[in-house]
Amino acid sequence: MSTHNGRTAMRIGCGAGFAGDRIPPAVDLLERGDLGVLVLECLAERTIALGQRRRLQDPGHGYDPRLRARLSALLPAAARRGVPILSNMGAANPRAAGVAARTLADELGLNDLRVAVVTGDDVLDRIDLQAPALEDGRPLAEHGPIISANAYLGADALIPALAAGADVVLTGRVADPSLFLAPLAYGLGWDLEDWPRTAAGTLVGHLLECAGQITGGYFADPGHKDVPDLADLGFPYADVGADGTATIGKPPGTGGIVSRATVREQLLYEVTDPTAYVTPDVVLDLSGVTVEEARPDTVLVRGAVGRPRPGTLKVSVGYHAGHRAEAEISYAGPNARRRAELAGEIVTARLAPTGLRLRADVTGTEECRLRVAALTSSPERADDVCFEVEALYTNGPAGGGGVRTNVTDVIGIVSTLLPRDAVTPRTEILETAHARETA
Amino acid sequence: MRARLHDIAHARTGDKGDTSTLSVFPYRDEHYPDLVRELTSEAVRRHLSTHIRGEVIRYELPNVCALQFVCRRSLDGGVTTSLALDTHGKSLSSRLLSLEIDLP
Repeated sequence: MSTHNGRTAMRIGCGAGFAGDRIPPAVDLLERGDLGVLVLECLAERTIALGQRRRLQDPGHGYDPRLRARLSALLPAAARRGVPILSNMGAANPRAAGVAARTLADELGLNDLRVAVVTGDDVLDRIDLQAPALEDGRPLAEHGPIISANAYLGADALIPALAAGADVVLTGRVADPSLFLAPLAYGLGWDLEDWPRTAAGTLVGHLLECAGQITGGYFADPGHKDVPDLADLGFPYADVGADGTATIGKPPGTGGIVSRATVREQLLYEVTDPTAYVTPDVVLDLSGVTVEEARPDTVLVRGAVGRPRPGTLKVSVGYHAGHRAEAEISYAGPNARRRAELAGEIVTARLAPTGLRLRADVTGTEECRLRVAALTSSPERADDVCFEVEALYTNGPAGGGGVRTNVTDVIGIVSTLLPRDAVTPRTEILETAHARETA
Repeated sequence: MRARLHDIAHARTGDKGDTSTLSVFPYRDEHYPDLVRELTSEAVRRHLSTHIRGEVIRYELPNVCALQFVCRRSLDGGVTTSLALDTHGKSLSSRLLSLEIDLP
């Protein structure tokens, strides 16, 4: 990555596909994958609102709680091999994440490591809370107390950090494929308005962003779709040519499989219109993409088509949706299902006066488990649900056991749009012992 | 002859808000026309009628021998506030594979 332009190919790896992803395969990918750059995608829709709540309690928090564990495992090898890392682990507080990464790097003796922070996604101060939500047309504020509003930044927001020679780039809300497109465009000297290449880079990002989901994770079905050594699932990389053609692979000797089947499944994953997959960078048309197995664990992908990027950015708005109660109890042996169903009817009757919208499901055959769930704005009502399920021990059908209850705060997400020029990304480089603003 | 979808095809579920995406691929490309013929939006909606409450739009992707079903109002109001056990509806594609279709 340090040699800007003139490259004919670049290898980009994905070392995390969600906040809870495994760390050892990322270390292996970095050590043996001969990478040009590593991306860690760790930010789900709700995560940023959860982070925002932590930030309100403590201004030094609100970033990914596993940032330190993940970077501790990766930074020494990344520094030794000169592999930049990009990640959205900044969540609701990219600057605090940057400070944490800076501190960690210094502790590890990596004082020369350049940590960059990209902000500007937080747009809570400039969205119209009376604007209709894209999901249901109701005003945003009607959904509940608003916690956070973050625009999906694009690859253009990350280029200044790369141009400043950053070794670690931490952001909050950036569209997942943009985390991949930015280093590809920068490393291969692409113009972001070169739509065929921006489309190709976005396709690579889309394929890699869930890490193990393209190397055999979320895939195995014994006897139908067997995956070798899934316990040692390896993480993916793509070799991307100057024209955008990509070859997907994984480190030799790791578990998992990269095949036409795994790549096809990931190609369409979460795609609601294969002819128009909209990111901040491009409108990607996947309908002409081809997927070819070149060798075992080596799959060639090409044919992405791009149309110009949209004039608006999607904004993800988090709100308090209330408290979710979940309570379960088990029944087993003859007539177990009927007893579990009776238990559900009893709880429903006992809670009827509360007016709660309840859901009661029975799962299992030999051993049946009743699960009662409710969403309510009142923590007391949520506790009532748990109480009534626990009370089934002595006030319900025969042989009920194994009650588990929990109440969680629920954050809902709705979306709106903002004009692109209402959002201003900023880059800050955190050097040892001092910080410098660059853009 | 009748065949269970599970024996000739594989599938993956994705989610976006209250929308579930179901991608279906034949193991053998020669079965793709059979899927195009048999696995209509209506067949999918009917088979998963306890889960899918909105419309089902089907996209054909002959380049990769895939069918993509975009199922609206399928996740109990949306992943974040759903009361379902499987809030993401990850298991929907596996449920779809129990469907039986006609093969020539």
